[in-house]
Amino acid sequence: MPSPADKTARPTGFRVALRDARGHLDPHWWLVAPILILVVCLYLLPLGNVLLLSVSDPKPGLDNYERIATASGPLKVLLTTLRLCAITTVISIVLGFCVAFAMAHVRETHQRILVVAVLVPLWISVLIRAFSWLVLLRDQGPVNDWLMQSGAIDQPLALVRNELGVVIGMVHYLIPYAVLPIFAVMRGIDQRLLFASRSLGAGAVTTFLKVYLPLTLPGVFAATVIVFVFGLGFYVTPAILGGGRVVMLAESVSVAILQTVRWGFGAAQSVVLLVLTLVLIGIMAKTVGLKKGFG
Amino acid sequence: MTRRLTPGLILCVTIAWIVVGFLLAPMFISVPLSLTPERFLSMPQGELSLRHYASVFTEDAWLGALGDSAMVGIGATLIATFTGGAAAIGLWRIGGRAARIIGVLALMPMIVPPIVTALALSRAWVTLGLFDTVFGVILSHAILGMPFVFMTVSAALEGLDPRIAQAARSLGAGPFRTVRDVIVPNVKAGLLTGGLFAFVISWDEIIVTLFVSSRSVYTLPRKIWSDIRDNIDPAVAAVSTLMIGATVIVAAIYLLRDLARAKPKDVS
Repeated sequence: MPSPADKTARPTGFRVALRDARGHLDPHWWLVAPILILVVCLYLLPLGNVLLLSVSDPKPGLDNYERIATASGPLKVLLTTLRLCAITTVISIVLGFCVAFAMAHVRETHQRILVVAVLVPLWISVLIRAFSWLVLLRDQGPVNDWLMQSGAIDQPLALVRNELGVVIGMVHYLIPYAVLPIFAVMRGIDQRLLFASRSLGAGAVTTFLKVYLPLTLPGVFAATVIVFVFGLGFYVTPAILGGGRVVMLAESVSVAILQTVRWGFGAAQSVVLLVLTLVLIGIMAKTVGLKKGFG
Repeated sequence: MTRRLTPGLILCVTIAWIVVGFLLAPMFISVPLSLTPERFLSMPQGELSLRHYASVFTEDAWLGALGDSAMVGIGATLIATFTGGAAAIGLWRIGGRAARIIGVLALMPMIVPPIVTALALSRAWVTLGLFDTVFGVILSHAILGMPFVFMTVSAALEGLDPRIAQAARSLGAGPFRTVRDVIVPNVKAGLLTGGLFAFVISWDEIIVTLFVSSRSVYTLPRKIWSDIRDNIDPAVAAVSTLMIGATVIVAAIYLLRDLARAKPKDVS
């Protein structure tokens, strides 16, 4: 980001910025050239092609989108995706809020240990995490074994290859993404505001609800958007823990492309996913800022 | 900061530790599973065996997957670090609206759901003749890792005084010498962090890989993916244990160093 002094020194308009006072191209554009090739030619153009594909394959028109909105199978996929995302988002945000609150209010050493403990899962492959849950929760898995031995149940509980398994796996993946933005905001809250509230006679509960909670809302909002958006695009976790019975949008795209070879339909579902994602991220960028949102 | 223990805080700390247990505990299930002497996935009953670790390091399928992943990871890291780092520095020097717009575009591969990227690149790579080639997989992983390098280097540049570059220029250094000898040494930490992110992203990447390769490039996540979906070979548990072990060791070292460094500051 340029500092204010830097900004006044150079023209900010798009056309002027490309060239300096003598009309020469700023040589720093050479540094930007590789990323322009990578992102524009090899990324944005192919993305545009997906958009085109969704309205041209197998024949020109909006048939693919009509199918998503009306045919019972695709509609069910869309509703399953939205429902599971909503459930996992609520659980992740509530738990994430508690963890962030604990982190923000314990001693420094305790706080560092909690931060690392929350960060470690982020570095572990999503495949390995899904695999771990699959073996833990399956019928002959340790959780069911233990429950049966303790006499709590006689039949193994169906914990996996259904929506419950997918929700457990998704919440496990998403909690760190819920904790970090909320923690970042909580850490920046001016403690004097809370003292002020208390000294003006508000009780602990009132202070929390009327002063602290509203101050954390930007973080909670950013975390909600991020967790929901990540959930929308989930592929590995539902595919492994849903066992083919819980099909979410991303897996449906993959089936359309890799199995039934209906590129147009897969592309249309991708476009729906992409538009939902960009709209939500756009709202977040406008309200709390992109950087803050990503912690 | 108030550190009075209120009932609310005690409740939150308790929940936080339960959540941490929920986050960390499941991953250790692969440790006992990997030590089973049986051919199938099971809890070892008494006897332990390292045969599944041996097969990870001797079977061609696993060794080939490890090799492919390492090659793709290194290639993708180099491209991502170079393009992301150069762009962050260039845009920092240029400034203005054009730089801001490109800065947002550079983050796109991180924001777009991976399945959409997979679909787009799959089509494009077939057209360009890159489908199922090592270079094609490297390029797609580089695209996914680049935004992270761009972000970490941009963050490092935010703390850098722009006058340092102006000083170098006015002392006679050309624009590229300024970048190489003045700016790059100042953002080394950002480049390294971003490069590490790019490598880990490539090492774990599965969705895009499934769509841009088929037989000739077979990365480690791809091998794990097909093993989980078909019949679970205990070797998957052995690989998981190794990867989790590496992560935990790195995290423990980081935490201990962090705590050791924090101690003197607490006293003063």
